[in-house]
Parts: sequence; structure tokens; C-alpha cells
Amino acid sequence: METNIMIAGFGGQGVMTLGKFLASATCDATDKNVTFFPSYGAAQRGGTANCYVVISDKGIGSPIGDEMDDLIVLNGASLDKFQDKLREGGRLFVNSSIVDEARVRQGVDVIKAPVTELALELGNPKVLNIIMMGVYIGYSQVLPVDVVWSTIEHKLGSKPNLLPLNREAFEKGLEIGRAQRS
Amino acid sequence: MARVLMKGTEAIAEAAVRAGCRFFAGYPITPQNEIPEYMSRRMPEVGGVFVQGESEVASVNMAFGACCGGERAMTSSASTGISLKSEGISYSAAARVPLVYVNVQRGGPGIGTIQPSQMDYLQATKASGNGGFRMIVFAPATVQEAVDMTYRAFELADRDRNPVLVLSDGVVGTMMEPVELPPMKTEEELAAIKESKKEWAGIGHPIGKRSWIEPGTWDTDRWEKANQWNASLYETWTSEYTTYLLEDAQIVIAAYGISARIAKSAIDDLRAEGVKIGMIRPQIINPYPYEAYDEINYDVCKMILDVEMANPALHVVDVEKAVKDRCPIRTCLRSGGNVMQKKNILDAVKEILKEQGA
Repeated sequence: METNIMIAGFGGQGVMTLGKFLASATCDATDKNVTFFPSYGAAQRGGTANCYVVISDKGIGSPIGDEMDDLIVLNGASLDKFQDKLREGGRLFVNSSIVDEARVRQGVDVIKAPVTELALELGNPKVLNIIMMGVYIGYSQVLPVDVVWSTIEHKLGSKPNLLPLNREAFEKGLEIGRAQRS
Repeated sequence: MARVLMKGTEAIAEAAVRAGCRFFAGYPITPQNEIPEYMSRRMPEVGGVFVQGESEVASVNMAFGACCGGERAMTSSASTGISLKSEGISYSAAARVPLVYVNVQRGGPGIGTIQPSQMDYLQATKASGNGGFRMIVFAPATVQEAVDMTYRAFELADRDRNPVLVLSDGVVGTMMEPVELPPMKTEEELAAIKESKKEWAGIGHPIGKRSWIEPGTWDTDRWEKANQWNASLYETWTSEYTTYLLEDAQIVIAAYGISARIAKSAIDDLRAEGVKIGMIRPQIINPYPYEAYDEINYDVCKMILDVEMANPALHVVDVEKAVKDRCPIRTCLRSGGNVMQKKNILDAVKEILKEQGA
């Protein structure tokens, strides 16, 4: 079983961090193979950023799959650019605060979360990626919740004052993700 | 040992540190910037030296100098930057200096693109500088292989007193993957390694004795002897490769590095559909494992498919030499910084099957 995941959004939305945390948690807590590949180029805040995560029981071929099982889009431009990469019946996680849902294609499962608004409500726009991490884990259950949280906790080790906020953001996401499981 | 998630370039740098590299000089270029970045942080921690040189030429010559002083030293760059380093690399081969260097390939020729490619195959394996010298060239397909090969590169460079190249690419360099790191060489081990170089390196000699490291001479006879000695050294090397499902293969893919791991997953898909396909993957591309192609059953195999991220095809030069007309050869190519897709390989194989009337 191999899962190909792509995460895309604006530079500065925490796209790479989300992908790295996911890969890290998989590496730390499972014996599965995992790869993380950042698209690199003239990246800048406000420009586009995307990365790929592959999780597999077998050896991983390309870290940049031809077709995605899961696509997480944090802005509208990423939806337009990458939704055709999603396989038929794949799962699309959208930041419904700023992504126009009318543009979403047919034949995929759509999981919606207004992560930009929620992050602002929590008092820090930067945690939108952690909310989305919660949504993804809550919905997909690809990794145990405590494993993902301990990775976030570990990565934020040097900034312990940010932990309560991130915990709140993660919980919020989990709740939204779980609620949309059918 | 516990596995850790590391980026290819950082894992290469850490492997070098663990192998005893205590001098690194480099100059920025994508996609290898994390090697110097990591070294700038790590070298002071282990009592080593990091220098960001004013250019590629300066950096390679600083590393050359550190090697002359008996240290394990490394430099790294990407494609067009490696071309600039070729002076120092040729000097290392001439002066028998065990320089280790890494090329994280990007699109070529020239400045090309910053994205991944395998366009430096011929430069890496046939002519990494003037003067017809040879080097052992590793071609990692995973971050783990990049680590293991970098670690070994220092051993082999010292063993032969000859430069060694780790030829990576922008995918293996920038991706993160779990790795197990090799043990850290102890201070005692490093002291013993340095001591073993006293015979030739500028480590400090009693008055009246001196070390002699020369990248050239006026003496044609002595230099011809040096050429002959080097040529006989190159003869002692053996290649390394892996084969995958070769026995009954009607189509055999020939690929190295990142292209090979993508090809492997294409093979798994095709095998699931009943297609008899296998692969030869060189892990050391110089010397090239020509003998691997003798393992192919040519009564069964009807096509070799060379898969690489280069256009024109470069690796195919060695494939042709190995196959010796025993079977036709086809290519499946991507370039310009575009990464090979599994679909490209599946399409190429299906085209062959169609022609064969399967």
C-alpha cells in the first residue's frame, strides 16, 4: 500500500512544514518507508510552494508520484494548478476560507476546513497549517494522533510558549476532520 | 541503529563528517546549498574548518590543499559549478591527492536549470578534467545510498590516493528519507589515518626530509611512469551493481541513480500485469559494470531500455558498449530539470510491447 500526498499553497502558509511534520511522524513512529520532496525554485513568501510526501509499506520509487491519492490545497491557485493530479476518488483537503469551492472538480472526496479564518480566530494566522494537519489526520487516520502531536511538540521544542496555541489548533483540525468522516 | 529523517544533501554532509572529513570548502549553487550550510554549522562542532570560498576554483583548491596536509577534505557543487572545479579535480588526480567531492546534478548544459537532471554522466565518468585520469564514481539512488557511498568515498580516496566522486542529483539531494547513519570515526582513528599519510602528505617532517606532491613536472619520463602507474591503479578497480528480476526478462531496463528507483516501481506495476521485465542498476558508474550485461539471457531478452534524465542520452554510451549488439537498445528520456515519471517508462515499455506484437 502506497499513499501519494501533495501539499500546495502560498509561500509562507507552512506548506513545507506540514509535509515535513507528516514525513517525520511517519519516520519516527512506524516502520514504513517515507519520502518528502519539496518543489524548489524561485520560492518566496506569497509565491507558490508545494511538496510531496509518499508513505509506503514497500520501497518507494519516485518521491514525486504521477498521481496523488491525497491533495491538500491551501489556496485557490494551487487548486487550479494541481487538482488534475488527484486520482479519481482521491481525497481533496481544501482551505475553504480562500478556495472557491465552485472550481473543485467532480469525482473526488472533498474535505473542507476554513483554516485561514480559524487560525485568525485562534489569534495567529501562522497556525493554519497545524489546523490542516489536524484535519488531515482526523479524516485520514493515516497516523495515530499522539504520534503526530509528539512530532509537532518535538519540532517546536525550542519555542515551548507556542505549544498551547498549536495544541488548540491541532485539536480544532482533528475535530473538523473527524466530523467529515462518513 | 535508529533511523532519522534527513535531507539528501544534509545526510551526505553528516556522512562526510562521520567519515572524518574535517575540512570543507564550497561555493553556493542550487541544489546543493544545504551541504555547505550544514558544514558551516557542523564543522566547528567537530573541530573542523568550513570555508565559503570566493569561487568554485578557490574552494576546490582549498580542499586540495587540506588533503595535501593529510586531512580528509571535501568540496561539493552542482553541474555548472563542477565544471569550474575541474581544474582542481584534475590536479588532485595528477598529484595523487585523495579529494572527495559531490555533484548534485541540475539541468545542463551551461547554467541550465536548477531542477534535477542526470546530464553530467559523461563528464563524471569519462573526463572530469583535462588529462585522461579516472576516478571511482558512485551513483546513489536513495538517501541511504548517498550516505553509505559518501562514507566509503573517503576510504577509497585514501586507499588509492585518488579523487572520488559521488554523483547525486537534485531529487536525491533535496528529498528527505529515513536513514541510518554510519558510526563517527573516533579521534584515535582519525589520528591513525593522518599518521598513515605521513609518507607523502605535508604533515610535518624532520629536517632533511620533505613530502613531495606534484601535479606536473618537466621530466617527461617520470611523468610517463606516473601515467602508467595511474593506469595500472585504474585496472585494479571493480564496479558494483544490482540486478532486478533479470532471469526471465524479455525487456531489461538499464538505469542508474534516481531514474533507476523510479524504473523499479514501473517494473513492479508491469510485472503485476504479467510483463517480463527486469533491470540492471550500476551503483558505481566508473568503472562501469559492463559484465552485468552478460547476466542477461539474450535468447529471451528482445530489448534493452535505457532510462535516464538526459537528452541526448549519455548513459546509453556505456550500455551500448556492454550489450555489444546482442540486443537492440531503446531510450526513455526526460531532461531540462523535468523529473522522470513512472508513466514515461510505462509508456515506453508499452510501445515496445506493441511493436513486438505482445
